Amino acid sequence: MISARADKVDAGRADHRLSNTELTRADRVLRAVSGVASIVPTGILVVIAAVMFVTALPSILFSGFSFFTGSVFNFGNLYATTTITHNGVQAPPHAVYGVLPLIAGTLATSIIALVLAVPISVGGVLMLSEIIPRKIADSMAVFLELLAGIPSVVFGLWGVAVFGPFLSAHVFPALTAIGHVIPFFKGPVGQGQGLLTASLVLAVMIIPIVASTTRELLRRVPILAKEGSLALGMTRYETVRVVTIPYIRTGIVAASLLGWARALGETIAVLLIIGDIYAVPSNVFGNTSTIAAWIASTLDGAFGDTTGAGIHALAELGLLLLAISLLTNFAGRLVVRKVSGGVLPVGRGV
Amino acid sequence: MSRPRQSHVRAGIFWALCGIALVLIVAPALDIIVSILAHALPVLKPSLITESTSGTQLGLQNAILGTLALSLGVLVVAGTIGVLAGLYLAEFAPRRVASVARFFSEVLAGVPSIVVGYVGYLVLVNKGGLGLHYSLLAGVIALSALILPYIVKTTELAFSSVPRTLREGAIALGMSKGRTIRKVLLPPALPGIVSGLVLALAISTGETAPLLFTAGSSDKNPSGLLQPVGYLTNVTYTDIQLPGASTQAVAYAAAGVTVLLVLLLIFLGRRVTLRSRRMIARMDV
Repeated sequence: MISARADKVDAGRADHRLSNTELTRADRVLRAVSGVASIVPTGILVVIAAVMFVTALPSILFSGFSFFTGSVFNFGNLYATTTITHNGVQAPPHAVYGVLPLIAGTLATSIIALVLAVPISVGGVLMLSEIIPRKIADSMAVFLELLAGIPSVVFGLWGVAVFGPFLSAHVFPALTAIGHVIPFFKGPVGQGQGLLTASLVLAVMIIPIVASTTRELLRRVPILAKEGSLALGMTRYETVRVVTIPYIRTGIVAASLLGWARALGETIAVLLIIGDIYAVPSNVFGNTSTIAAWIASTLDGAFGDTTGAGIHALAELGLLLLAISLLTNFAGRLVVRKVSGGVLPVGRGV
Repeated sequence: MSRPRQSHVRAGIFWALCGIALVLIVAPALDIIVSILAHALPVLKPSLITESTSGTQLGLQNAILGTLALSLGVLVVAGTIGVLAGLYLAEFAPRRVASVARFFSEVLAGVPSIVVGYVGYLVLVNKGGLGLHYSLLAGVIALSALILPYIVKTTELAFSSVPRTLREGAIALGMSKGRTIRKVLLPPALPGIVSGLVLALAISTGETAPLLFTAGSSDKNPSGLLQPVGYLTNVTYTDIQLPGASTQAVAYAAAGVTVLLVLLLIFLGRRVTLRSRRMIARMDV
């Protein structure tokens, strides 16, 4: 299905090639070698999916559906001489693997980030392309591109040392006023590490992705339609509302999905900022964790589990993360293919 | 033409909100770069380059060399495979095959980096897998898996955007496919390929998650493919979590060096891209 649809779009893309003369022997060697190379990415993908699934299988048997609904995660007593067995899978005594708070933390941080990043990106880029003089706008676009390349550990450092303390001192106290309406916003605001800080840093991280894609989309809005609307006496605002936004709407959905996929899988920055505690936070400022951060911080400890159950459980967690982010990515790419051939960046920044 | 006042007000509010959005994009970005460099510059001393991170020495020599070794490895592994794969997709692959391979390559780009790191540990480091231990080689392979899709994509794009007229000329001269690729397509495609490689280097310089469980860590200079290796992002990641002003300073210094390296690479990549676009525009008749 997917390839059939892709084919239609690719028809336009592949016509740079011409039907050529016969291949010489050297040509055939080159074709074979490069053909093997082109299988490698698919091969890696298959290995990743297969290894994650096989490693996760014992955990799937051990925990069953309670893996997704449980809110206790305990590697058990790793030093015990006895083990427990469930569904034929061994684990240390008292081992329980339930990841609901991690799923909640992952969805909460990434969705808050997305809800903030998308309107900010679209609004800012509209300002950039419609109002700001071309020369200044171009250099600001370069700046956006640079921003996309800042390493996530640097975002983490900035979040912990600069942004978090700033938020807890100047912004969060004001936000507690919302607590009268939505209890989840009630204080205390803490030291600036937690769910909301992590979400805000994630928003800063995905803005370059969504913004640069939106800029590319804006460039494709047919100039005749815009000129026509201006000629009808519409203002720039009305042109944006009537012509531009409807034209780029689908593309923005795709860009948001890709930005979301990135936010779901972000590890190091979130790990440093969110407090990384296995808990449901009592308010939006509290410490919690996400799937990716939890894997990164507990995998070392799981290696000490001689039954292997801890590693299996984290693999199931990884499999879950893989499934969620691939689904979002797929969805994003399907939408992209519908709108245009390959405007969007490949997943991560830069 | 008179217009209800209300619509002007609405437009004013709309553009004001857009302006605020632009400020919200630019301000944090500027703050990141300025605050990281402001913390890092005072501690950037020559001893950072002449000393390692071990013991009481708080240098970055081993981490800088480690990052360079990892990047070089990625350039060799992912660079070779990626450029060949991109060439195949652009010049040889049947359309259906190309679209499937391209699709999976893009899917690979969407795999979270911590998952790549985890699988890297299971397949490369673990005794149940290849048993390479925590090593430079394991780190290079994990990082290459992550970077490969970019190189494939930029290379394919570089070849497929060579003007059709050049290909027609090559056919008219009766050139073989291989000769056409080498003599006609490669020169204009090269800048695009190079800028893709440079951007790939920028990404690999900044990654941490795929390396945590593959490259290990070390406070000595990289000493072999099968030895663990220290790298810049790991220094920042580890030292920021430790107490003490001197370790925090090292974390900032490492972050500052990483940012400078990455920005330099992106800037270089951009220059090459612009040049190649101009060159191709001139060629197209």
